[in-house]
Amino acid sequence: MAVPAPPLKKPPKGRHLEAPWRARLRLLRRGLAGSWGMFWESRIGPLGLFIIAFYGLLALAHPILMATVWADERDVYDPKHGYDPQIIYGGFDGRLQSTVAPGSDDYYVDANGDGRPDYIYAGWDGVLQSKAVGDDKYRGGPAPPSLRHWLGTDPWGRDVFSQLAFSARAEFFLGVMAALITVVIGTLVAAISAYYGGFVDTFFMRLADVVLLFPVIAFLIVLGSMFQLNLYSLAVVLGVINGFGGITIVLKSQALSIKVRPFVEAAKVAGGSHMHIIVRHIIPNLLPLSFLYMMFNVTSAIFSEAVLSFFGILNIDMSWGIMVQMANIAGYLQGGAITKAWWIFFPASISITLLCAAFYFVGRGLDEIVNPRLRKV
Amino acid sequence: MWKFLIRRVLQIVLTLYLFATIVFFIVYLQPGDISQVYINNPKLPPEAREALKRQLGLDQPPHIQYLNFMRNLVTGNLGISFSEYPRPVWDIIKERLPRTVALFLIATLIYYALGFHLGKLIAWRRKGLLDYSATIVGVVLFTVYTPWFAYLIIWIFGYKLGWFPLGKFLDPVLWRRYDVPANEVFGLMLTVGGAAILFLLAVYVLGRKLHLPPLPRALMNFGALGLAGGSVAYLLWGPEFQPYGLLARDILWHMVLPVTTVTLIAFGGAMLLMRDSMLEVIKEDYVLAAKAKGLPDKVVRDKHAARNALLPMITSFVLALAFVVDGGIITETVFSWKGMGLTLLDAVTNEDLPLAVGTFVFTGIFALIAHLIADIAYAYLDPRIRYE
Repeated sequence: MAVPAPPLKKPPKGRHLEAPWRARLRLLRRGLAGSWGMFWESRIGPLGLFIIAFYGLLALAHPILMATVWADERDVYDPKHGYDPQIIYGGFDGRLQSTVAPGSDDYYVDANGDGRPDYIYAGWDGVLQSKAVGDDKYRGGPAPPSLRHWLGTDPWGRDVFSQLAFSARAEFFLGVMAALITVVIGTLVAAISAYYGGFVDTFFMRLADVVLLFPVIAFLIVLGSMFQLNLYSLAVVLGVINGFGGITIVLKSQALSIKVRPFVEAAKVAGGSHMHIIVRHIIPNLLPLSFLYMMFNVTSAIFSEAVLSFFGILNIDMSWGIMVQMANIAGYLQGGAITKAWWIFFPASISITLLCAAFYFVGRGLDEIVNPRLRKV
Repeated sequence: MWKFLIRRVLQIVLTLYLFATIVFFIVYLQPGDISQVYINNPKLPPEAREALKRQLGLDQPPHIQYLNFMRNLVTGNLGISFSEYPRPVWDIIKERLPRTVALFLIATLIYYALGFHLGKLIAWRRKGLLDYSATIVGVVLFTVYTPWFAYLIIWIFGYKLGWFPLGKFLDPVLWRRYDVPANEVFGLMLTVGGAAILFLLAVYVLGRKLHLPPLPRALMNFGALGLAGGSVAYLLWGPEFQPYGLLARDILWHMVLPVTTVTLIAFGGAMLLMRDSMLEVIKEDYVLAAKAKGLPDKVVRDKHAARNALLPMITSFVLALAFVVDGGIITETVFSWKGMGLTLLDAVTNEDLPLAVGTFVFTGIFALIAHLIADIAYAYLDPRIRYE
């Protein structure tokens, strides 16, 4: 005798049965709230988010500043071709009027034509250093931070803050783009090799071994010397290399544990195709871990770009790495010169460090959520 | 065990083959091969160009070129460098390898030891102040922009304080007085250091195998340490061994700053790895049991938990050793330490194809062999893998 089905519970009056999407949303919200709690608890995760938000705002600020505050002087504040004549010539109106002061090797410049010297070209120290009379501020060469140039200018009279903010966008683009490619490839490869096993599995795992042991920076240096690598192609190359690398091994072991779960069996019994099971059942369960590894890949992509730029191997016209490289070429990074014009490479170097660390922090914070082995007992 | 080993060796051979093929495809099979640089020289008559092309084997079809490439690799013929003509690439690698290995071997040993101890501590006191501060400092140093950081270190300790020499791995003024090749000294240093480490390891293993009580074993270990340290010091300062001792001390002196830099940059990774591994072990029942039977906290941490958390560290350590050859290209560049990394960078910027390919391939092969050693060590230490 069949057991009679329990009577359907009637929804309370005045309320309809909850729509499925609403139920999903509610569950999602509850899940997110729990995860957010754990993320917040990790402390370093939110710290990373805070730093990322800061640089995100900086990246957003550049076009806004270009359109508003710097709108009248776009030529001055352009990050790549900018040039501030006021800094180089100390407010000189175009005509070089210099007179040799009696008893001195210094050149005095009469800027406003009133017959009294206004600026003095104080010797030659590799870069032209001129300063206003009665003013200790050096003009020419890299100008120190001032109200006009918040982080000073580089040796060519370009605004450092503008370069910094402009490059932030590129760094975000590169990091996220490369990491996205990595994660998409890694997740697909992991799901497929875990699901099918056999030759496909062996091939991808051996390939991952090779990639893992690839001296990546050395490889990119070799590659960069043969092909012109710009921001886009670098993102693709980094993304593809890392995508077939270690990430597939980690994700595959996770996919293997998903493959034997009951719901996969159920989907098989219900007649789901291979494609359906991989796309609808395995990959969605891999995504949290993929997202976690994406953070670490953003770090490595930004770092690789900065290092390759430092060696002058990339075909990129402005980035944080390029800023440091140019400071190095101009000789401001070595020995005692390091304190002479700290503002041309300290902000960029610190930004690279902080942004890389920030994504790493977020990754570590997510690790506490995604990786149950690390949860506090 | 043997089955496992044979399978791994076969896999490594396959991987090596894959690696070499990828290198070939990247380097030799691109449009407008490298010979164009030399072939398009207008001063060369067409016959000479053809002869050059024939000499380089570039007139052959791709599959013959591929076979040639593989045959050369297998027979260890890496060609002749363009930029340091007519030195064979293998000769240059032999010259540069000991410098890189000496520097990064010492650095790797130090930063793993540091990472091991710190990771152990911060996992034991999870969510404490030390945990947060060490994690933040470790990660920031781990992701620090290396060139800038290295220049800062040079500036502070080399320039401002003047404690250590700036760049290069020896003092040319000192070395000019003695007619001793640097590589001979590097070779001696590596031999002595390796012998000392092997001796210490042998004493330690012997002590464990003999099942001595703790006190004699500690005495034995410390005695061996003293003996090894004493003999190394005697070799460095003893009058019979000059000028080698003096020159070795000079190299060690130049090594302090790069080693410090690499240690500071890299210890964070080892520390976090140890922390995660330790957190997993701490949850095991035997740790709880050890605590419950009233063992001191320190003993549970060091003897029960940390030793079992060591396995992932060993894999990672051997893989790090694999990258000893790759070196820090950055560290070598900033400290002008003419090792493998800097050689590769210079070869690439000078368009010295044979040297670049040779260095790169050698690095890859070395890394793969280290990977194999890691597997063997892992199988030896963890029976679960052996008897799979």
